[in-house]
Amino acid sequence: MSLLSVEGLRTHFISRDIDNQVRVAHALNDVSFELEAGRILGIVGETGAGKSLTAQSIVGLLRPPARIVGGKVTFEGRDLTAMGPDELNEVRGAEIAMVVQNPRTSLDPLTRLGDQLVRIHQAHSGGPAAASRQRALEMMEAVGIPDPEGRARAWPHELSGGMAQRVLIAMALMNAPKLLIADEPTTGLDVTVQAQILDLLRDLVARFNMATIIITHDLGVVAHFCDELLVMFAGTVVESGPVAEVFRAPAHPYTQKLIAATPERLTIGQGLALGGLPPDLYNLPTGCPLRPRCDFATNLCATPPPNRDVTPGHRALCHFAGTLGGTATERSA
Amino acid sequence: MTEPVLDVTGLTKRFPAGGGRFVNAVNGVDLAIRPGETLGMVGESGSGKSTIGRAILRLTDPSDGQVVFDGKDITRIPMGKVRPLRRDMQMVFQDPWSALNPRMRVGDLIAEPMKIHMTLSRSEREDRTEDLARRVHLSTEYLRRNPANLSGGQLQRVCIARAIATNPKLIVLDEPTSSLDLSVRAGILELLAEIREQTHAALLFISHDLGTVKLISDRIAVLYLGRVVEEGPAEALFDGPAHPYTQSLLSAHLPADPSVSLHRHVLEGEVPSPINLPTGCAFHSRCPVAVERCRNDDPPSERLSDGHVARCLRIAENGNRIPLKEAT
Repeated sequence: MSLLSVEGLRTHFISRDIDNQVRVAHALNDVSFELEAGRILGIVGETGAGKSLTAQSIVGLLRPPARIVGGKVTFEGRDLTAMGPDELNEVRGAEIAMVVQNPRTSLDPLTRLGDQLVRIHQAHSGGPAAASRQRALEMMEAVGIPDPEGRARAWPHELSGGMAQRVLIAMALMNAPKLLIADEPTTGLDVTVQAQILDLLRDLVARFNMATIIITHDLGVVAHFCDELLVMFAGTVVESGPVAEVFRAPAHPYTQKLIAATPERLTIGQGLALGGLPPDLYNLPTGCPLRPRCDFATNLCATPPPNRDVTPGHRALCHFAGTLGGTATERSA
Repeated sequence: MTEPVLDVTGLTKRFPAGGGRFVNAVNGVDLAIRPGETLGMVGESGSGKSTIGRAILRLTDPSDGQVVFDGKDITRIPMGKVRPLRRDMQMVFQDPWSALNPRMRVGDLIAEPMKIHMTLSRSEREDRTEDLARRVHLSTEYLRRNPANLSGGQLQRVCIARAIATNPKLIVLDEPTSSLDLSVRAGILELLAEIREQTHAALLFISHDLGTVKLISDRIAVLYLGRVVEEGPAEALFDGPAHPYTQSLLSAHLPADPSVSLHRHVLEGEVPSPINLPTGCAFHSRCPVAVERCRNDDPPSERLSDGHVARCLRIAENGNRIPLKEAT
């Protein structure tokens, strides 16, 4: 059994418009994946694809009008979506920890760093405060913070962005989580600092055998730091599989365009841009959500696409998965 | 060879930081861009790249140095004389959402620079607005809408249409694709390449994204703590980075291809404060091949090949290569 199993997760934003008519934004529509201990999963997709919402749905951090309307999130055999707030609070911060994009806004500006780490340990593990303090120093050391004792007395505003991100990672590790979710952990950071943080994360995943989800829009991060990959579009997983396999032979037209648009593959003058507006989540097209933007779309695409196995473990949600190569013009020729 | 349209020498900008201290954002930068050429400027946060762009356009006043635009020294001319020059030098910013007045219609936004800088009849202006929209591949039906109805990529096209409306000789683009999704980013880069072809404008392309800069630039300048540490033709600089900082910056870049094996050198620590600049070479505190002299001596400018220069005193003694490790 997998550590984490997400099955058919659907999260909608249900609100009322000015005429008191119910409006539903179909933000997540049938998200499914599994994750084993010690594996790193990357989730990529454009703005509004549902990457962060997937993470928030898993840990139950949704705020109205967002609501899970279907599906199951099974963590170590327990269904998280069926848990009450108290029960969830036991799991969150202890067995499942989260690192978010903007480290500075995630730290309490009025509490010394050491006390913030101790607080989260005390909330879950209890025990003598001295033990929590000791663990805080160990974790700060583990994430490469120089002079942990001095830094424990520092205030959040005294930290650089890279240091603040290290503190957040140390905080996430305080209760030895089994699952770490990192939402854009390096997005605001410089590349040289990004390299430090990613190296650190991978080292920690190996040392503590954590399952890890990295949400990112940077395919470079996925290519070099993740084992598996989920590509999301309009709240659905359009392709999933081992990183090397998906990069080698992307099977979904969206993934193909996404990879072709990376600076490494792009040559100016090819007209490769994926045109069109992001899909309207209030009014998704029938069948494949990519249909209006897809070069390969046929009448068949107005019917729901099947989730096809391309190779074992590599799946794509497309009627033509695995049969589409090159460009549309090459194919019709 | 054609004369550069922009010639910057010794550009320096200090911001007061209280207590008689200064943030030394830009420390003696020399740059030149010729018509039709694209200079990419890369560096991490705090390297001064945005400040340089703004100082060139006099959006902030340089503390020292000289900015010669189109043969005229514009460093210290009064603001009343700078404004007419903006017809010939335009800027595109990172965040198109905040760069455009949300209460104006897209058509009026595109026409605004023409109203300010050009004497055109109303119908000429309308024709030109439609023409500009077509040139940036924006459907003319958007011209009657407000920015809120457009996506980020479309808004950036509006910003580019505004920037080229007056046929400028220089366009400064400050992270023009950084806030956009990957797939949209590719379209904007295509558009910029087209515009450069059509208008022969010089582009100063500021970005922290090495992959993007490599795609669009003829030459690249690498900044560290407000200084150009290396400059050269894009190919030469990517193939043979000479400055230890450039080498580590390139090695930290993650190509979006898992089959490319990484040879990396992860730098220790972070960029020092620009308030207390390190003496000697600004990079010595993080440099893996620094020697004692790097602390005190200003690094000389070493010429590596035609147009490729780097400021590092270890180059002359062949000690500038940093050790790269194959990543696991």
